[in-house]
Amino acid sequence: MSSVATKMAPANGQARILVLGYGNPGRQDDGLGPAMVAEIERLAWRNVTAHDNYQLNIEDAIDVAEHDIVWFVDAARAGPAPYSMSDLSPASGIEFTSHLVRPEVILAIARQYYGGSPRAFLVGIRGYEFEFLEELTMEAKHNLRAALAMLGERIRSCQTGEAP
Amino acid sequence: MSDVQVSQPQGNPLKGRLGPRKIVIDPVTRVEGHGKVTIKLNEAGEVEQARFHIVEFRGFERFICGRMYWEVPVIVQRLCGICPVSHHLGAGKAMDVIAGVDQLTPTAEKMRRLMHYGQVLQSNALNFFHLASPDLLLGFEAPVAQRNIIGVIEAFPQVGKWAIFIRKYGQQVIAATGGRRIHPRLCIPGGVNQNLTVENRDALRKDIDQIINWCCEALELHKSFVHSHETLHETFASFPSSYMSLVGADGGMDLYDGTLRAIDADGESIFEGVRPVDYRDYLTEEVRSWSYMKFPHIRSLGREDGWYRVGPLAQLNCCAFIGTPIAEIARKEFMALGHGGLVHATLAYHWARLICMIHCAETIKKLLFDDDLQGTDLVASGQRRSEGVAIIEAPRGTLLHHYAVDHNDQVTSANLIVSTTNNNEAMNRSVTKVAIDYLAGHEITEGLLNHIEVAIRAYDPCLSCATHALGQMPLVVTLEDAEGSVIATRIKE
Repeated sequence: MSSVATKMAPANGQARILVLGYGNPGRQDDGLGPAMVAEIERLAWRNVTAHDNYQLNIEDAIDVAEHDIVWFVDAARAGPAPYSMSDLSPASGIEFTSHLVRPEVILAIARQYYGGSPRAFLVGIRGYEFEFLEELTMEAKHNLRAALAMLGERIRSCQTGEAP
Repeated sequence: MSDVQVSQPQGNPLKGRLGPRKIVIDPVTRVEGHGKVTIKLNEAGEVEQARFHIVEFRGFERFICGRMYWEVPVIVQRLCGICPVSHHLGAGKAMDVIAGVDQLTPTAEKMRRLMHYGQVLQSNALNFFHLASPDLLLGFEAPVAQRNIIGVIEAFPQVGKWAIFIRKYGQQVIAATGGRRIHPRLCIPGGVNQNLTVENRDALRKDIDQIINWCCEALELHKSFVHSHETLHETFASFPSSYMSLVGADGGMDLYDGTLRAIDADGESIFEGVRPVDYRDYLTEEVRSWSYMKFPHIRSLGREDGWYRVGPLAQLNCCAFIGTPIAEIARKEFMALGHGGLVHATLAYHWARLICMIHCAETIKKLLFDDDLQGTDLVASGQRRSEGVAIIEAPRGTLLHHYAVDHNDQVTSANLIVSTTNNNEAMNRSVTKVAIDYLAGHEITEGLLNHIEVAIRAYDPCLSCATHALGQMPLVVTLEDAEGSVIATRIKE
C-alpha cells in the first residue's frame, strides 16, 4: 500500500483519460453521469477509463492523480441545454455533511497528496426530472447524446495531440 | 474555498424589536435531501428552540412498493450514496425473514458481516477524516480556507494517508464480498451469492494490520485534541439523553445483528432484548407539520421524553463490552469520561466513531482468518412469510427496514427508520444548545455558522435520497422577525 501514487507515462504515449460520471440512476435524470459512463463502456473508447458512482468520494483522488485529463460528468438541474462545460481547478472546502464532495476538492486532494495535477473539466448535462424513477427523460437522453458526441470529439482531439 | 455572502441591514436588526423571531439556516439547492436550521427566539430575544429540517425517505418507501421482494436489496442501495451497503444488508436481512430463513449458513452470515464491517469502517473514516478532523485538528475558528481536508493534510500529512487508504481498504472489502466496489450484490433472500475467494482473502489479509494501526494512531491523535480541549469537548452541543442500539445476545457490541437495547440518561434500562419484529411495541413514529422527517420515540415514554440518540456514541454507551481486544481497551478508557455514568458529550461521537473503526478493523481481521468464508453452503431456505423486519447498526446508527409482500412476491408496503431519523430530535437539541451558547448580539456571524455545522457534523446526518445534480449546498441563514419578514440573510456556499 503506497501513500503516493506513481505517475507513469502511458505505454503508447497517449494521454490517460478518466471520466467520472456520478449521480443516482434511481432518480431519473440525476443518473445522467452514470449513463454517460455506460455509453463510454459500450463504445469501448481506447485509453479512456470510465467510472460511475452515486457521488464523488475522497478516494477518487487516487484515480484522478493517475490520469492526465479528467472529465467529471454530472447532471445539471439548471443552466444551458444540452450541456455546459467548464474548466476545473483544485479548491478546498468543508461541508456540513459527508454526502457532498465537490470535484474541486477531489482535484485538490489529488494535487496536494498525490502530486497529480490533471487537466480537469466539468460537464453538466441538463436534466429535467428527478423523481423516484429509473429512466432518463426523453429530453435528458437527447442531451446525453449531444454531450457524448462532444466528449468523444474532445477525447479524439486530445489523442491526436490537440488540446482537449 | 467557501464563499460567504452577506446581506444584512445596517445596525442591529433586532434592536428595539419585540416578539418571537426566527433565524433560518437553509441549504437549499439539492433536488432533495436539503435541510435547514430554524432558530426561534423568544420575546426577550433569547434562543427558545432550534429545528434542523431534512427532507427524508417517504418517497422511497413508495418507490419500493410493487417491486419483487428479491429485487429490493439491490434497489435500496439507491437510497444513499454514502451507505448503500447498509441499506443492501438491511433489506437483505428483512428478505431473509420473508423467505422464512431465521438462521443463515455460517458462510452467508460471515460474508455479510465482512461486508458490513468494511462498510462501517470506510464510512466512519470518511466522516472523521473528511468532516470532523478539520474542525478538531485545526480549530473551530480556523478560517474556512484552511479548515478543510487539504488544510489537515498540510498540517498533519499522515491524516491524509489514513483517510484515503482506510477508505480504500473498506471499499476493497466491499468489492471482495459484493463483486464490485460500486453497486455490490451479495445478499439474496436466505443467503449470499458468493463466498470469499482465497485470492481476495489473501489480498485483504496483507494490509489489515496496517489498517488497524492507522485507526489506533488516529484515535491517539484525536485523544490529544480532547485532552487539550476538555471543557469544549464535554460541553459543546451536549446534553444528557437516552440511547438505543443493537447489542449481541451477550450484551456486547454487534453492528450486524442482535436485539435492541435502550437506556436512559442514567444508564438504566428502558428496554432490553427487543427483537426487530417487535419494534412497533416499543417504538412509534410521529409526524410533525414543519418537517418531512418522522420523529420516532420510545412508546412507553411518550413523544416528549421518548426521544433518544443512535450512532457510535449510542453503540458505545449501550454495549456491555466490545469483543475485540484493542477496541475493548479503548472502550474502557472512553467510558471513563462519564465518571461511572454514560458519556453524553456530542463531540464524543467522534471518539466513539474511531473506536468503532478499530472494532471493525479487528473484526475484519478475525473474519479473514475464518475458513467459513470459503464455504460453499451459501443459501438456506424456509417457509415463505408475508412480512419481514430487520435492524442493522449502520455507520450513523440504528437502521430499520420493514416490508410486507403479497402472494405475487410484490412489496405492498415499506417502512424505513433510518439512523438520521432516529437522531432527529437530538440534532435539534444540539443545534439549540449551540445557538444558546454562540448566538451573541443576534447577528448571523460566520462563527455561529461554523459552530452549527460542527454540531451537525457530529451526527453526520444522512442526506440520503438526495440526488447529486450539479450544484453547491449553500448554508443560508435567514433572520426573521415576529411576522416572518426577513431581517437578514447570510449564505455560505
